Amino acid sequence: MAQYKMHLLVCGGTGCRSSESDLIIENLQHSLREKGLENDAQVIKTGCFGFCEQGPIVKVLPDNTFYTGVKPADAAEIVAEHVLKGRKVERLLYKDPEKQMAVSDSKHMGFYRKQIRIALRNCGFIDPENIDEYIARDGYAALAKVLEEMSPEQAIDVIKQSGLRGRGGGGFPTGLKWEIAGKNKADQKYVVCNADEGDPGAFMDRSILEGDPHSIIEAMSICGYCIGATKGLVYIRAEYPLAIKRLQIAIEQARNYGLLGENILGSKHSFDIELRYGAGAFVCGEETALIHSMEGKRGEPTVKPPFPAESGYLEKPTNVNNVETLANIPAIYLRGHEWFASIGTAKSKGTKVFALAGKINNVGLIEVPMGITLREVIFEIGGGIKDGKKFKAVQTGGPSGGCLTEKHLDTPIDFDNLLAVGSMMGSGGMIVMDEDDCMVAVAKFYLEFTVEESCGKCAPCRIGNKRLHELLDKITLGKGTEEDIEQLRNLSVVIKDTALCGLGQTSPNPVLSTLDNFADEYLAHVRDQHCPAGQCKALRQYLILADKCVGCTACTKVCPTGAIAGEKRQAHLIDQAKCIRCGACIEKCKFSAIIIPSTKI
Amino acid sequence: MNKIKSLNDLRKIKQDVEQKMDLREKSDNPDRYVQIKVAMATCGIAAGAREVMNTLIEKIAQDKIDAVVTQTGCMGYCHAEPTVEVRKPGAEPVVFGHVDREKALAIIDKYIKTGELLEGIIPVNYQTA
Repeated sequence: MAQYKMHLLVCGGTGCRSSESDLIIENLQHSLREKGLENDAQVIKTGCFGFCEQGPIVKVLPDNTFYTGVKPADAAEIVAEHVLKGRKVERLLYKDPEKQMAVSDSKHMGFYRKQIRIALRNCGFIDPENIDEYIARDGYAALAKVLEEMSPEQAIDVIKQSGLRGRGGGGFPTGLKWEIAGKNKADQKYVVCNADEGDPGAFMDRSILEGDPHSIIEAMSICGYCIGATKGLVYIRAEYPLAIKRLQIAIEQARNYGLLGENILGSKHSFDIELRYGAGAFVCGEETALIHSMEGKRGEPTVKPPFPAESGYLEKPTNVNNVETLANIPAIYLRGHEWFASIGTAKSKGTKVFALAGKINNVGLIEVPMGITLREVIFEIGGGIKDGKKFKAVQTGGPSGGCLTEKHLDTPIDFDNLLAVGSMMGSGGMIVMDEDDCMVAVAKFYLEFTVEESCGKCAPCRIGNKRLHELLDKITLGKGTEEDIEQLRNLSVVIKDTALCGLGQTSPNPVLSTLDNFADEYLAHVRDQHCPAGQCKALRQYLILADKCVGCTACTKVCPTGAIAGEKRQAHLIDQAKCIRCGACIEKCKFSAIIIPSTKI
Repeated sequence: MNKIKSLNDLRKIKQDVEQKMDLREKSDNPDRYVQIKVAMATCGIAAGAREVMNTLIEKIAQDKIDAVVTQTGCMGYCHAEPTVEVRKPGAEPVVFGHVDREKALAIIDKYIKTGELLEGIIPVNYQTA
């Protein structure tokens, strides 16, 4: 059998594909054939590497060379230089943002050094459309082990002992959830995978489904055996076409191998999976709303109890787990609950996948052990703040989370610590903000999202969030008062206490956490009608620095309202009353003489 | 496609695919394996490095040796091409010059398996980062 000397792994995730990674694969294969190297190097389309900031990614093995920002036209050079002659293509190597030096391989990248990959173990490593590659990585061996060696009770006990908690945001102990669903008697039960990933900026579930779909199928089947269910349903948003396609391929392959169907692996366990498509409503990530949506009803939550474990899909006992939670399951059986429980903190075991976004150098998907600090994530893995700016805040937990500041940077990240400081784990979105971000505007942005996504069933969420948004809008326009700030806080507390489901109960979090951590900024908006970050357009001021202005008159010519006056070769002045804050002057000035001051003029 | 009926069937598939995946598994933990680098610049290729590399790869697969074969650029020993650098885990690299098919096999059988040195070692006169 011909042995390939090199493997060229090309990211086939949604992000890299949108930058033509399919064409890169084609071109690589074409160039290999042209040079007669098609038996020397193999091109493999994998799932996401997580380093989405600088995609498309091409990773060359065995030397772990990590090429970033590859264009289809670069394929010929990679083949001619690297594959044929063994010379790395320097210009495509990842450059360390601090040292500005090319990094030879992924093992030396700060981005990967602190990561522990359990849920993402196969992403960027195997071809997700090839079940054999999954099996080569001990795929379906966990299912075989459970079916051959364990009773359902014993299998549930393993998950309980591991300390695994739900990764979708709630943090409910997974083993306990299975146990409850297992104890409820019924003629039919259901295993549901919640792939309705809705947090803006979070894409770990999509990446797992795209990069390692079999791990979800295997975990759902194990769960089915544990709770006594023969049917699995994946609720996935229709706006994830690639994840759907890969999942469909994987289900088909598993059926052909008999890994889904009747009497799996010669046991009495039967299990099969169907897909259900969601229309992309945020509230449908809430398990009762999700179940209603699957039944063809309105995607609205209902009061718990009854919990889905008692009466869920079609009023049968139903166990709902998030994608990332399920991705951990096979690894726990293979490597033991002791191993899993040895990673993480006292009450939060294992790892968590975070989607790093915002003003950070290495935007992407990372998996880190629980208990790592925000500082390590942002400055070591994330490579620090973009353009050398100052860190201001990090928003964790998506629209339901809170904004944390400098003083929280050394807090070990786990479910309980984040709650204690007024934020939450959520599904693992992490948006980093720098000195240019206005926290009132940030809170307003998240409220805009929750107002849009509220299902409207309960008054606190439907009306309360709308009022919160109006108050924030008023403040960003410079029309707010100190009473409004008080009102914001009171209303937030009431909404939290009275809303029906998780969406409404958490939606005021961005407001409360910014009120707590950035009270000065709110006060500046209402007392001085000033936005310290210079973000709120209505409150922005432009100032010409007299010592830097050379009097070139460029700004006076672009100003649409004639607000800038001054003689040639003399410092100019802006008439604040006439200025409409369009920013045309600041763009035109070649001498950096126009600034947005951080204090009111 | 045959149905998978037991853990053994699963293992059989795993074994069939394992060799294809071997390169990826080993690259993921480079420090645990013997690293063999074949200089494949123009001079190396002209002197027959490609054949040497193929020999090494086949031999390693055949004898199931925990090693990764990588190609590198010119190491600067053009007078002694083809050259092969071998770095055992935790040891200093050793560079062999004038490697042909026979010598490639000897490197694996002697140096890698038993630690016995061969003739034609080039003193390493550089440090790599």
